[in-house]
Amino acid sequence: MSESGDNVREAILSPEEISAGVADLARQIAYRCAGDEVAFVGIYTRGVTLAHRVAEALKAQGLRYPVGTLDISLYRDDFDNRGSDLPTLESSDIPFGLDGIRVILFDEVIFTGRTIRAALDGLMDYGRPAKIELAVLVDRGHREIPIQPDYVSTHIGTTRDQYVKVRFREDDGGEEGVFLETPRKVPTA
Amino acid sequence: MRDLKPRKDLLDIEGLELPEIEYVLSNAVPFKQLFQRSVKKVPTLRGKTVLNLFYEPSTRTSSSFEVAANRMSADVTNFTVSSSSVVKGESLLDTIETLQAMRSDYIVIRHQAAGVPNIVAKHTGASVINAGDGYHAHPTQALLDAMTFREVCPDYQGRKMVIVGDVLHSRVARSTSTLFHKLGIEVGVLGPGTLIPSGRHEFIRRFRSWDEVFDWKPDAVYLLRVQLERQEGMFFPSIAEYHKMYGMNTERLVRMRQIGAYLMHPGPVNRGVEITDEAMRYERSLISTQVENGIAVRMAVLHWLKPETDTD
Repeated sequence: MSESGDNVREAILSPEEISAGVADLARQIAYRCAGDEVAFVGIYTRGVTLAHRVAEALKAQGLRYPVGTLDISLYRDDFDNRGSDLPTLESSDIPFGLDGIRVILFDEVIFTGRTIRAALDGLMDYGRPAKIELAVLVDRGHREIPIQPDYVSTHIGTTRDQYVKVRFREDDGGEEGVFLETPRKVPTA
Repeated sequence: MRDLKPRKDLLDIEGLELPEIEYVLSNAVPFKQLFQRSVKKVPTLRGKTVLNLFYEPSTRTSSSFEVAANRMSADVTNFTVSSSSVVKGESLLDTIETLQAMRSDYIVIRHQAAGVPNIVAKHTGASVINAGDGYHAHPTQALLDAMTFREVCPDYQGRKMVIVGDVLHSRVARSTSTLFHKLGIEVGVLGPGTLIPSGRHEFIRRFRSWDEVFDWKPDAVYLLRVQLERQEGMFFPSIAEYHKMYGMNTERLVRMRQIGAYLMHPGPVNRGVEITDEAMRYERSLISTQVENGIAVRMAVLHWLKPETDTD
């Protein structure tokens, strides 16, 4: 256990365990999507990295799936609550048609499900896939809407106020791992 | 994510900080990309209302704001002077009170008197966007000009632009030159002596002739519209004279090609006055790009400003 800011931080997945998780997702997808026309769409930022890693793992099996990127900022349901932390928009880039194909959406963690709800709206503005599925590295529970992932590598039991932070070396200055952060309890006087 | 102070209104360029300018200009890029999709709309401002309050005729700017608001799923109401109670004698403050009661979240305002948007902004919780006030400011035009210039000159710092025409009566010239200066782009002006303000903006280089302009090798030449409706004061002898001295004609187009300069214009153009038909077809004209970028920048502005309409 270590401390970051006001949170107590605990490593729950090592870099090796993340690699194993990526391989596991690749295996599940290869098994269930055999023969289908499949494309990946990653949700900014780390969903994109996860999609690329899984796509890379599938290349070894001769499966080449294109990877698109989706920024869901404009589809969020909490726009009114923005504070000084203004969202910097990224360009979504889906350089292939979605009509009639099987699309797998990637995010690093699923929590309330609201991000995925926004992503589904965003995705459908790009076309009409035959099927949309969801792949995540970590499912930490506490859904607020009825959305469930189709491909999960790791389930982690958490309390509502904890944070699950995924760090990928491509996005996080070389840091790699999954961490559980628990707010330090302030003793009540 | 960037830590920027939430801003309610966009009234002029002078009051903006560089990180805010960068924020809006960088967000405008993904907005522009939405135009390539078959569904050009996003739900971000669903349920919000935008009031277009135009006390001065404008088709382009008001349509641009309307398209921008529509593409963000806001509801738009157009309130124009000819159909409003202004002609019935209602004072500005009474109008504001009426608007308050309508609970608009964003008010886009154009007025012939400088400073009116500031007054409205003080009296309403809605976000006020200045769409042109007198000779004062037109900040969204400046932002779209900067976006357009930076697209063709990504290494924009130290690049050069010359504004040609009626700088005195132009809020576009004022806002755009101020913004370009803030971004580190050099600005020069060329125009009739009577239409070039003296003493304002010491950072602006003055040219006396097109020869001087071309010797300076600007990356872009920005033609201002000759505002025929504002020429009662007879600032230059005739339209033909203006065209001869300052218009973009065949001969000047040759020089433009030689130095590879881009051509910009805020629209609407007066063909045969500041620009010829031939120059309208110039391959380095950015005029249509400016229109397209105008929508993207206005979407980015609507996305950035934060109305204070919840707390009454």
